Amino acid sequence: MGISSTDTNTSLKSTREPATGEVEPENPRQSSGELPEEPLVIIEPKKALGFVDLNDLWAFRELLYFLTWRDVKVRYKQTQLGIAWAIIQPLLTMLVFTLFFGRLAGVPSDNIPYPLFAYSGLLAWTFFSNAITTSGNSLVGSAHLVTKVYFPRMIIPGAAVAAGLVDFGIAFVILVMLMVYYRVTVTLNILMFPVVVLLTTLFALGMGMWLSALTVKYRDVRFAVPFLIQLGMFVSPVIYPASFLPQKFRWLLSLNPMTGIIEGYRSSLFGRQFNWSSLAASAAITLILLIYASYSFRRMEKNFADII
Amino acid sequence: MREIVRVENLSKEYIIGAREAAYDTLRESLVQTMRAPLSRLRGRNGKGNSETIWALKNISFKVDPGEVVGIIGRNGAGKSTLLKVLSRITEPTTGRAELYGRVASLLEVGTGFHPELTGRENMYLNGAILGMKKTEIDRKFDQIVAFSELEKFLDTPVKRYSSGMYMRLAFAVASHLEPEILIVDEVLAVGDAQFQKKCLGRMSTVASEGRTVLFVSHNMAAIKSLCNRAIWIDGGQIVGAGQTGQVVLDYLQKGAVAKLEQTWDDPLTAPGNEKAKIRSARVRPLPPREDEEISVESPIELEFEYWNYQPDAFLGFTLHLYTIDGTYVFAVGCAGERRPQGLVRVAAKIPANFLNDGIYTVTIQVVQDNASSVYLHPDILVFEVLDSVRVGNWFGKWPGVIRPRLEWISENVVQRGDHEQK
Repeated sequence: MGISSTDTNTSLKSTREPATGEVEPENPRQSSGELPEEPLVIIEPKKALGFVDLNDLWAFRELLYFLTWRDVKVRYKQTQLGIAWAIIQPLLTMLVFTLFFGRLAGVPSDNIPYPLFAYSGLLAWTFFSNAITTSGNSLVGSAHLVTKVYFPRMIIPGAAVAAGLVDFGIAFVILVMLMVYYRVTVTLNILMFPVVVLLTTLFALGMGMWLSALTVKYRDVRFAVPFLIQLGMFVSPVIYPASFLPQKFRWLLSLNPMTGIIEGYRSSLFGRQFNWSSLAASAAITLILLIYASYSFRRMEKNFADII
Repeated sequence: MREIVRVENLSKEYIIGAREAAYDTLRESLVQTMRAPLSRLRGRNGKGNSETIWALKNISFKVDPGEVVGIIGRNGAGKSTLLKVLSRITEPTTGRAELYGRVASLLEVGTGFHPELTGRENMYLNGAILGMKKTEIDRKFDQIVAFSELEKFLDTPVKRYSSGMYMRLAFAVASHLEPEILIVDEVLAVGDAQFQKKCLGRMSTVASEGRTVLFVSHNMAAIKSLCNRAIWIDGGQIVGAGQTGQVVLDYLQKGAVAKLEQTWDDPLTAPGNEKAKIRSARVRPLPPREDEEISVESPIELEFEYWNYQPDAFLGFTLHLYTIDGTYVFAVGCAGERRPQGLVRVAAKIPANFLNDGIYTVTIQVVQDNASSVYLHPDILVFEVLDSVRVGNWFGKWPGVIRPRLEWISENVVQRGDHEQK
C-alpha cells in the first residue's frame, strides 16, 4: 500500500529553545575546537591475549571508591545492630571455638592464649571468605550496570573486596582490645602486618575476580563457593596451628595460601618466628593466581553483557 | 573538518539456538571438554552447529563534531546493539570504530541507583558510574539539585521516591554530563509528557552547545526537531542516511507495516496477563470494502475483543491514537461497566472527515474501576488513512493531524457598489 507522508512535528518545535529555569553548565566545551590526533577510544574485537589496561583502571579509580562506599553503606542498612555485625561474626565464632576446641578438645595453640589464637585466625579467614563470596556474586548482582554502561569490569569484584577490608578494619579493633587484655607485647614483627594484610587482599582479589567471571557463565559457582569455603576453613590453620600436623605433611598445608597468610598474621601480631617459606609460597601462589585471574577475566569480559 | 566518530564495517554476531537459551553449566562444559578436548582448544566451545544472527552487518558512517545524528528503525533492527557497541558495553565481532572525544552513554536513566541510598548519595554514585569525577559533581551539585527540583528530598532514600521524582533526579544527573560525544537511547520513552518535554529541552541545549550526539528514538517528532542527520537501520544494515526529513519520510513510507487485524485464538499465547487477555483487534472502513482502504471520507470502525478473567469486575476501555511519528492524537475511554468473566467486545467508530491522511497507530488499555490499568497493549493496530479525491485547488499535503469538515459560511457582506454609495 502506498503510504503518504505525515509532516507533524509542530508540537515539539518549541523544544528547540533551551528550556527556561535551568542553569547553563559552566564552560561548555565547544567541540568545534581541536580534535585529538589519536582517537581516545578505539572499538574493535579484542585480541585473545589482551592484558589489564592499567590506564583505564586508573581513570576509573573514583568509581572503585564509590562502589566500595556504596557496598559498605548499603550492607547494614535497615539492620538494628548495623556495623556491629562485622564484629559479632568473628567474635561469637571465636567464643564457640574457644569453648569446644580450646577447652574441651584441648587443641594446642602455639602457647598463644586460645581466644587470641582463634580470633586472629578467624579475622583473616572471615575477611577472605566474605570477600570472595561477595565479589564472586558481584558481577551477576550488577547485571544492570554491566549491560548499561561502560567501565572496567574489574572494578566490580574489586569494590566487593575493598568493602570487605572495611569490615576487617572494624573487627580488628576487637583484636587490639583482646591483645591489650592478654597483655601481648608488640614486637618489630608488627611491621610485617600490613604486608600480610595486603597479601590477603590480593589473594581474595584474585579469587574474587576469577569466581565472579566464572559465575557470569556458570551459575554453579554460586553453590560451590559457600561449600568450599566451609571445607577450606578446616584445611587452613584457623582453629589449630600448622605445627599440629606431623612434620612431613606440613608442606601440603603450605600449598594452601591461607596457611602462610594466617600464620603470618600470628607471627606479626604476637611476635613469633615467621615461617618465611610458607609465606613465600603464599605470595608466589597469589601472584600466579592474580595473573591468571586477570587474564581469564579479560578473556571472559567481552561476553559479559551478552550472557549475563 | 575531521570527523569525531568514524565507524568502519562494524558487525556484531550473536549466537542463538538451544545451547545459548539456558545457562551453560559446568557439567556440560566438562563433558564437552572430555569428549572433544581438541575441538575445545581449536575453536571455543565447539559451538559449530548453533545458529547465529548478525545483529549488525558492515555498518559504516562518520559523524562530524557538533552533529546530532538520529538513528531510526523498527524494533530489533539493531539500533540498540549499535549503541551498545559504540558505548563499549559489548564488543563488535568484526570492524572498528574510532571516537575522538570523551564518550558518555545514556542507555537508561538512573543506572546504578541504589534504592537504600538517599538522593544525594545516589547523585554521587550515579555520576561516578556515568564517568563524572567527584570534584565535577561537587561543582555542579547546586545545578543538578535545582534541575531536579528535589531540594527537600535530598536526604530521603530513593526507595521512598515516586517514580516521577526518581526519573527527575536521574535525568538531572545525566544531563549534566559534559562529554564530547553523547550516546542516548530511548531514554525519553519513559516519564510523563512534562518530563519528556524537559528532557527534550535539555537535549537541544546539549546539541546547541556543539556536542556530538547520537540519538535513538521511535519518536519521529523528537528526531526531526533535534537531529540534523538521520541514519535508518534495518536488519542490522544501514538502509538510508542523510537529511533527517528525507530519511524519516523514507522510513515512514517504506518501513511501516500496516496491521489491520490481529487475532489470538489460543489464550495461552495471547498478549495480556492473569486479569485480561486480548483476543482480537481489527480496524476497517465503513461500509467494509474489499480492498480495506480507509479514506479520509470513510468512517473507521475499530473493534476489539478481550477475555476478562476477573469475576464481576468494573471494566472500562481506553483507546489511544497516535500518528506514526509519535504525536498523540487522542485518548478516549469507553465508560466502565460491571462485567462477568468471559469475552468482552468493544467497538468504536471514528467519524468520517475527522482524521487527516497519514499513518496512525492504536494502543489499547483495559481499565478497572476508572482508576487502575489492567492491561495496556501498545501499537496493536497500524492503519493508514488515504487522501480522497480533492475538492478545490490545493493538491499538496494538508498539514495537521485532523482534517474535520467545518461548517463554513462564506458570503458577501458588503458589496463594492454599496460601499461607494456611502
